[in-house]
Amino acid sequence: MHQKGWLPKLVVAPSFVVGLAFIYGLMAWNGYLSVSASRLLPNYEFVGLEQYLRLWESERFRVALTNMAIFGGLFIGGAMAIGMLLAVLLDQKIRAEGVLRTVYLYPMALSFIVTGTAWKWILNPGLGLEATMHRWGWDSFSFEWLIDPDRAIYCIVIAGIWQSAGFVMALFLAGLRGIDDSIIKAAQMDGASLPRIYWRIVLPSLRPVVFSTLMIVSHLAIKSFDLVVALTAGGPGFSTDLPATFMYAMSFSRGQIGQGAAAATVMLAMIAAIVVPYLYSELRTKK
Amino acid sequence: MKRILPLSLIAIACGAAQAGELEVLHWWTSGGEAKAAAALKASMQAKGHTWKDFAVAGGGGDAAMTVLKSRVVSGNAPAAAQIKGPSLQEWAQEGVLANLDGVAKAEKWDALLPKVVSDVMKYKGSYIAVPVNVHRVNWLWANPAAFSKAGAKVPATWDEFFVAAEALKKAGITPIAHGGQNWQDFTTFEAVALGVGGADFYKKALVQLDPASVSSPTMEKVLTTFKRVKGYTDKNSPGRDWNLATAMVIKGEAGMQIMGDWAKGEFLAAGKVPGKDFVCVAAPGTAKAYTFNVDSFAMFKLKNDANTKAQNDLAAAIMGPEFQEVFNLNKGSIPVRLGMKMDKFDDCAKLSSKDFVDDAKSGTLVPSIAHGMAVPSATEGAIKDVVSQFWNDDKMDAKAAMSKLAAAAKTK
Repeated sequence: MHQKGWLPKLVVAPSFVVGLAFIYGLMAWNGYLSVSASRLLPNYEFVGLEQYLRLWESERFRVALTNMAIFGGLFIGGAMAIGMLLAVLLDQKIRAEGVLRTVYLYPMALSFIVTGTAWKWILNPGLGLEATMHRWGWDSFSFEWLIDPDRAIYCIVIAGIWQSAGFVMALFLAGLRGIDDSIIKAAQMDGASLPRIYWRIVLPSLRPVVFSTLMIVSHLAIKSFDLVVALTAGGPGFSTDLPATFMYAMSFSRGQIGQGAAAATVMLAMIAAIVVPYLYSELRTKK
Repeated sequence: MKRILPLSLIAIACGAAQAGELEVLHWWTSGGEAKAAAALKASMQAKGHTWKDFAVAGGGGDAAMTVLKSRVVSGNAPAAAQIKGPSLQEWAQEGVLANLDGVAKAEKWDALLPKVVSDVMKYKGSYIAVPVNVHRVNWLWANPAAFSKAGAKVPATWDEFFVAAEALKKAGITPIAHGGQNWQDFTTFEAVALGVGGADFYKKALVQLDPASVSSPTMEKVLTTFKRVKGYTDKNSPGRDWNLATAMVIKGEAGMQIMGDWAKGEFLAAGKVPGKDFVCVAAPGTAKAYTFNVDSFAMFKLKNDANTKAQNDLAAAIMGPEFQEVFNLNKGSIPVRLGMKMDKFDDCAKLSSKDFVDDAKSGTLVPSIAHGMAVPSATEGAIKDVVSQFWNDDKMDAKAAMSKLAAAAKTK
């Protein structure tokens, strides 16, 4: 009886301490660096909000934020929509579902570096899709998004969706399987059409799944770094920079740790803006 | 265990008192470079010092620099690290670099190095680093077979360059092999700036970042010429590595490439002969000027006297004639030490060495910005961003690029 009181606390304590020091401690340290004059090495001279002001004046950071909005919106929307569609189609008790599910889920087993490299080759006009079409005799075919500074960001969206849609599908499929068959049967008895059943019964009962998936996919979007590095390395120019690649360039190759820390803090604020309302709503509904 | 531990500590302490330990961070891991590093290691071991490679998993400069920073911050710096250009000044400002004036005086470095180079190695008048080699960046590598097929002549000015490029294009050859990475964009840009604007303009606008020169008609002409070059690259260039671009020239798919003398290693590795299968000439309009990229070792302050002694021996050996010859023969660059015999070097290196000496005298020896030799990394990054953006964005005109460049030059 006595043991029951302290043992769980003792077991949890190390991970709590490690978490406190290496997650929240480092977050706080990063926050401090973002208001310091740090350049090549951390330097604790306080300069107020100067790093943030310089960040907002930086064109490259603005491009990174715009790209974040484009990439985030299309990637989250696309992965959710395609994943959901695939899940609904797979849920129709089709033949060889196991095989198809594996095929769609498989990209998730690859790292973003592999996905990025593969798509870099596929989308390269002299190597991939365009060259193949030309070889097959379709000479007017042109697909040069990867080398167009205005369109290259959409290539990253395509590769990202390809990677994550299967994962979204798996989550939704699990959700769909969790719905009680008898409700659907009852609706069918009442003469509801299939689309109507999905729209009015299935989707509303998937709400928790939708929210969890949205959370996972959005944080993937905000922290995405490796996909950009492998696919375009931020190029052409810096047209496909995201806040994460910007932060890395500033902190580690340009000797501007203060700028990098400020960019990291902005990213933290973006994630918090998504996570906090979600946690709030979840915790409230549980009461 | 308890008995063995103090004994082994004593053994380590004794060892350290007799000879120093040298921990060195370098990137000489491939082929010829590794051989040269081994020669340096052997000469240090002959003096009784132990050599330890500073190992960083995952290659790449950024990863190594991050490890180096954390080691220095925690008070456990290596003896030497491969750092170059204004980054040396940045490190010296942090107060972590050693003073090498003793060795420099004994070995007469001031007389053996051109002033432009020794200035880079000094912080507040004292040597803090030792130079290893000189790469010339403003080279034009050309494939003579491709040129004769197109009936063109290897260009010496930018006007001739565009005539030749047009002829190559008509013959179905990509005129210029380019890799769309920001340092390669800038390598081309600084060659154009030096060729079109001349060495004085280059120094004013790109090294001193003088606002009047940055937004001058000459700069506009430089930017316009630079953008014209893009029309003669192939559309698959974005993101291409430099050695793949060199391969295009080797195979004759492309006529020429503007790249530093490390490109020579690729030609030689492919079994090509200089002067016959490929030619090296100064980039158009820059025959009388020289953009240098000098690799160097920064030496860190050490706590142990024996290690400091070993560090000084290392510095002397790096500047010594034996190492300068062996290393540079393998690396494709030329010795930074003046007055070396060049018999064993090839024609490209001989020309490079001759121009290096001449241009040092005439004041047309200029630092390469693309390779981090002249401006602090923050400013360098900002102006590279603008140049690459201009290169890639077909909607941006030279005037707009110039005003962005002026803003970027103010980055601190």
